[in-house]
Amino acid sequence: MSTRLATGGRLIDKGKAVTFTFNGSKMRGFAGDTLASALLANDQMLVGRSFKYHRPRGIVASGVEEPNALVNLGTEGTFEPNQRATTTELFDGLTAASQNHWPSLEFDVGAVNAKLSRFMPAGFYYKMFIHPRPLWKHVYEPFIRQAAGLGKAPKGRDDDTYEHFYAFCDVLVIGGGIAGLTAAKAAAASGANVVVLEQTAHWGGRSLVDGGTVDAKPVDKVVEQMVSELSDMPNVTMRTRTMGAGVYDHGYVLGYERLSDHAPHSTSGPRHRLWRIRAGHVITATGALERPLSFAGNDIPGVMLASAVRDYVSNYGVSVGDRTVVVTNNDDAYRTAIALKTAGLTVPVVLDARVTPIDSPLMSEAKAAGIKVLMGHGISKVLGGKRVTGVAVCSQAGEGAVLEEIACDAVAMSGGWSPVVHLWSHCGGKLLWDTDFAMFRPDVDKAPIGADGRAFVSPAGAANGHFGLSDIIGDAHAVGAQAATALGHDAPTSAAPEADSVDEAPMAAVWLMPQGAGKTLRAKAWLDYQNDVKVSDVQLAAQEGFESVEHAKRYTTLGMATDQGKLSNINGLAILSDALNQPIPQTGTTTFRPPYTPISMGAIAGEARAEVFQPIRRTPLHDWHDANGADWEPVGAWRRPYAYVRDGETVHDAVMRETKNVRENLGLLDASTLGKIIVKGSDAGRFLDMLYTNMMSTLKPGKCRYGLMCSENGFLIDDGVVARIDEDTWLCHTTTGGAESIHQHMEEWLQTEWWNWQVYVANVTEQYAQIAVVGPNARKALEALGGMDVSKEALGFMEWADGSLGGFDVRAYRISFSGELSYEIAVRASEGQAFWDALMAVGASLGVMPYGTETLHILRAEKGFIMIGDETDGTVIPQDLGLHWALSKKKTDYLGKRAHTRSHMADPERWALVGLETVDGSVLPDGAYAVADGENANGQRNVQGRVTSSYHSPNLGKGIAMGLVLHGPDRMGEIVEFPGTDGTVYKAKIVNPVFFDPEGEKQNV
Amino acid sequence: MLILTCPCCGVTSEETEFHAGGEAHLTRFGPESSDAEFEGYLFMRENPKGVHFERWRHVYGCGKWFHAARCTTTLEIFGTYTAQTTEPPQEIRDIIARKRPGWSWRAFS
Amino acid sequence: MSRAVTALDGATSTDGIATITEVALQGMITLRGDLASAGIKKAAKTVASVDVPGAGQANCSDDRGICWMSPDELLVLCPYDEVDASLDKIRSTIGSDHALAVDVSDARAVFRVSGAGARDVLAKLVPVDLKPQAFAGGMFRRTRMAQVPVAFWLHEEDVFQIVCFRSHARYVFDLLKVAAQPGSAVDFF
Repeated sequence: MSTRLATGGRLIDKGKAVTFTFNGSKMRGFAGDTLASALLANDQMLVGRSFKYHRPRGIVASGVEEPNALVNLGTEGTFEPNQRATTTELFDGLTAASQNHWPSLEFDVGAVNAKLSRFMPAGFYYKMFIHPRPLWKHVYEPFIRQAAGLGKAPKGRDDDTYEHFYAFCDVLVIGGGIAGLTAAKAAAASGANVVVLEQTAHWGGRSLVDGGTVDAKPVDKVVEQMVSELSDMPNVTMRTRTMGAGVYDHGYVLGYERLSDHAPHSTSGPRHRLWRIRAGHVITATGALERPLSFAGNDIPGVMLASAVRDYVSNYGVSVGDRTVVVTNNDDAYRTAIALKTAGLTVPVVLDARVTPIDSPLMSEAKAAGIKVLMGHGISKVLGGKRVTGVAVCSQAGEGAVLEEIACDAVAMSGGWSPVVHLWSHCGGKLLWDTDFAMFRPDVDKAPIGADGRAFVSPAGAANGHFGLSDIIGDAHAVGAQAATALGHDAPTSAAPEADSVDEAPMAAVWLMPQGAGKTLRAKAWLDYQNDVKVSDVQLAAQEGFESVEHAKRYTTLGMATDQGKLSNINGLAILSDALNQPIPQTGTTTFRPPYTPISMGAIAGEARAEVFQPIRRTPLHDWHDANGADWEPVGAWRRPYAYVRDGETVHDAVMRETKNVRENLGLLDASTLGKIIVKGSDAGRFLDMLYTNMMSTLKPGKCRYGLMCSENGFLIDDGVVARIDEDTWLCHTTTGGAESIHQHMEEWLQTEWWNWQVYVANVTEQYAQIAVVGPNARKALEALGGMDVSKEALGFMEWADGSLGGFDVRAYRISFSGELSYEIAVRASEGQAFWDALMAVGASLGVMPYGTETLHILRAEKGFIMIGDETDGTVIPQDLGLHWALSKKKTDYLGKRAHTRSHMADPERWALVGLETVDGSVLPDGAYAVADGENANGQRNVQGRVTSSYHSPNLGKGIAMGLVLHGPDRMGEIVEFPGTDGTVYKAKIVNPVFFDPEGEKQNV
Repeated sequence: MLILTCPCCGVTSEETEFHAGGEAHLTRFGPESSDAEFEGYLFMRENPKGVHFERWRHVYGCGKWFHAARCTTTLEIFGTYTAQTTEPPQEIRDIIARKRPGWSWRAFS
Repeated sequence: MSRAVTALDGATSTDGIATITEVALQGMITLRGDLASAGIKKAAKTVASVDVPGAGQANCSDDRGICWMSPDELLVLCPYDEVDASLDKIRSTIGSDHALAVDVSDARAVFRVSGAGARDVLAKLVPVDLKPQAFAGGMFRRTRMAQVPVAFWLHEEDVFQIVCFRSHARYVFDLLKVAAQPGSAVDFF
């Protein structure tokens, strides 16, 4: 059984007991434990179930590479699934639950899948759930959804907050092990600005467990000293609990800082911080990960990586078993055997797959400690179910004939080490196959390229394929110094520290144990623990033709689990290469993609949630609208009142009331969002003549003119009223959505095509609150305010004037989008609310009501005025809308003119704007299509038009609509059919789109 | 995410401060142009593997348009320069020639 | 003028790692023209009483100053109630030169972020190197703050002045408040 030892445990504080629960059971650990070490200390060997077969799973690793020990962590607002127990720091009150089982971890019905595993080989889902097609939706999909996912999805809102942080540095060092610290020190000594990120809570990495001496001092003391020196340097920033998550173009790196996961109840502030770092040079000192060995039963709880077994003893004082068999193909696992022996535990045997001529120093040390070593041996299979009970020993060279069975409760395995090349590879760093160590290592001549065309990532230490303290430190010092000097800093004067080194015997590549394992053993030899991919699955994939590594990955799901194949990839590649009879480098690797380990969605979102999820643009009258019943409509980023709903009204009621009131009394509309762009200069007229389809240069000062703008493609992009302010100044109104885009459109043409023209533009949209005063009583209201003359004679239709109303400086435009007597009054935005209040006060006796965007729409539709975004959708040209009058024939050029002569644009078959009136007065569904006889090539009904706007008009007492219909203007009076999505077929008559006051008598008063 | 230096205000910043504006050095064809010329102007674009010339706007900064010469495979930026020109300046062409001998792009080399 | 109010009516937040305050109405004039011309320089200086700054710089003191917006644009600061008079001065100084001067005082909101955590707060929201040696007094930067455009400069040490569009005032204030939440100091600078 696994248990807490009386001694040892570098990282734990035995004076501070911590209580936590796992699957409802109360357990005890110590401050400094990880959840994994605490579970092991409580003999919780079984921690989860695998994804496909629901096999019992135990802790395999001690770090980020852990594939099995994933738990649901927390409750309610802090609940999070798939958290790795090995990287979860223990805190008092932690609540964890295992995943992917029902009804319980110990007894799981889904485990029947394991019995059926013979029938669920690689590609099972693809093969099983493809035929017959009718079963997809109601049989297969529910089944797959039920089976999908490991943890539970959180239901509640996340209680925590998150943030981003932009940091800039010369040299970024990812990894705070001995290599990272050495590289950082070398770089910092040369004066470079250095940031060091370490994903765990501790500096020093593996060196503290593996030991050794540097400059004749113990490595842990050296780490302590380096950390202290670096922390004191003003040009160095050190961060623990911060993982380098991804390396991106031009030195961009994401760092994932976990601020309060280790102590969620005792800290304020954000939970995670996403560092958005821009570095001149990135050093990946990310270490290496140990590989499992592929033997039958290597997934049984109690089989662990040799380095992890050592970590638990050394860092946490936890023994994973009283009797641990060590199985290896390299010297490093001997350190585990020796560590266990030193801790007073039993190592019945070291099974070493190699046959070496002479003993290496580590072998000798193990043997001297009384540990039995069997060379050329391996594990035929592991005995046990929910935990290890023993191993069957065999010759590595054979087919698995059992030589003896050895009782044990843990197995420590080592298949060699793979440099962590993820961050090197994210942005295009290439890899080399290193035959001596059977691993991919960075090809430093093919590094990621930065903005200046030079390499911007360098690997250091074990991440660069260097093992042994001496090699690691030497490499890291050189890399750190080079990074700083490449950025123009002086070379550091100090030399690399001298470390001792231990000669190790060469490792031997062992991809399958025993080498000739038969079918039965291979079907129990796991590669990917989480996704249940075995040696036999990869071999089947190769046999079925999935020869590309990327295809084999997706077919078998090897490396597609939350651990992204940190343990399984190289072993899987080797098996695939063997099956394809090709060398491993020829098979290549799958693509390493960020993030290195999963990061929280909250960290990615950063501050963007709740009230600052997205910017909402507010007019100066926003708060008034909100306090007066506004039913909000998003218009671009703006919020505009759709209608002002009174007590007891529906939104529709409010719209009807407002629409009638404008035609009968007086309405006020907040039109502040409409774009207002000043265009000034001696070439301004010429410029506007290019932008608008009609002539703007001939407009007289004091007058207004409606204009259309097309893109160079000829499509209608915006419309609005242009006012000429003085000889060389115009003010262009745009649609709400067009204010920024049309301003940018103008700047683009001025800067990139007509840069010699004397024109300046300025977007003054937000300088003004603009209020439309509309209805038969509009003039009375303005006269009641007092001030400038707003009579028909003084301010005629389509004229503007500056003046004063009610003591406010105003610019009054006599323009109408409703067919009513109408003014738009612009005042300073800061005075907008006061002016609105004044209008409401004088309007009280004139039947004033504010109105919203839906009333605006109905009023304009009653008059047959088009709306950009309703009648247009990016494929509509002015000709489609009967706006030929607005296309200047005098001008030799304007944007869109050439496009309008293209054959499809001039096609008489283009659908054209008409009014539509249902025969029964009902409202046509917006967007409905008019059907024609026959079917198209896809068997769909032919169409001959569509509805672009549709409303109930309270002023006319019936439904009115506009639409684009084939030959529409020539088909007045004809009835066309519009099938609705509700199954009803609406019949509508083609009519003139001007439904109300066609002579325009109401606005010209 | 790229970093670009705006030649108009001198600021070097990340891509989110800028807006990509498609291929540079297009010649506008207006009402008198042939169908082929107009089609080329509106729709035909280079899609090179290697040296490319692009328009960018410093949209969150000074608001100015500029041109960038860039390698589409390595993402190396050869240089940025004014938008008020119909062809890449000699200085930029020289830099590219040094780094990518024998390059050509449309009519330029 | 008493009817004129800022977008947030002087909102403040003091409980975080920096203090955020909406500044009172500030006169602002967009002046576009040839910045090398004597007329433009003189016009800006007449109103702001400071010299025209170079690219990427601002020259501000209290409620007067000049900010370099782009190669052909300055933002001229003056007291809010002097804007009309200032515009007249600018226009008459420029005369017939090709230039554009418009009042944008009401189109903007201005915030001040102050305190030891001010750099931290800003660095959470803008992709700009804010190390003291990289962003010092006199510098002016237009950039993206989270999802909207802003401009800012150091009013004095540990006091940033931020200008945004008026319609974004609530968003920017809330952003700064969130970024300044208690317990969120980064201690990077």
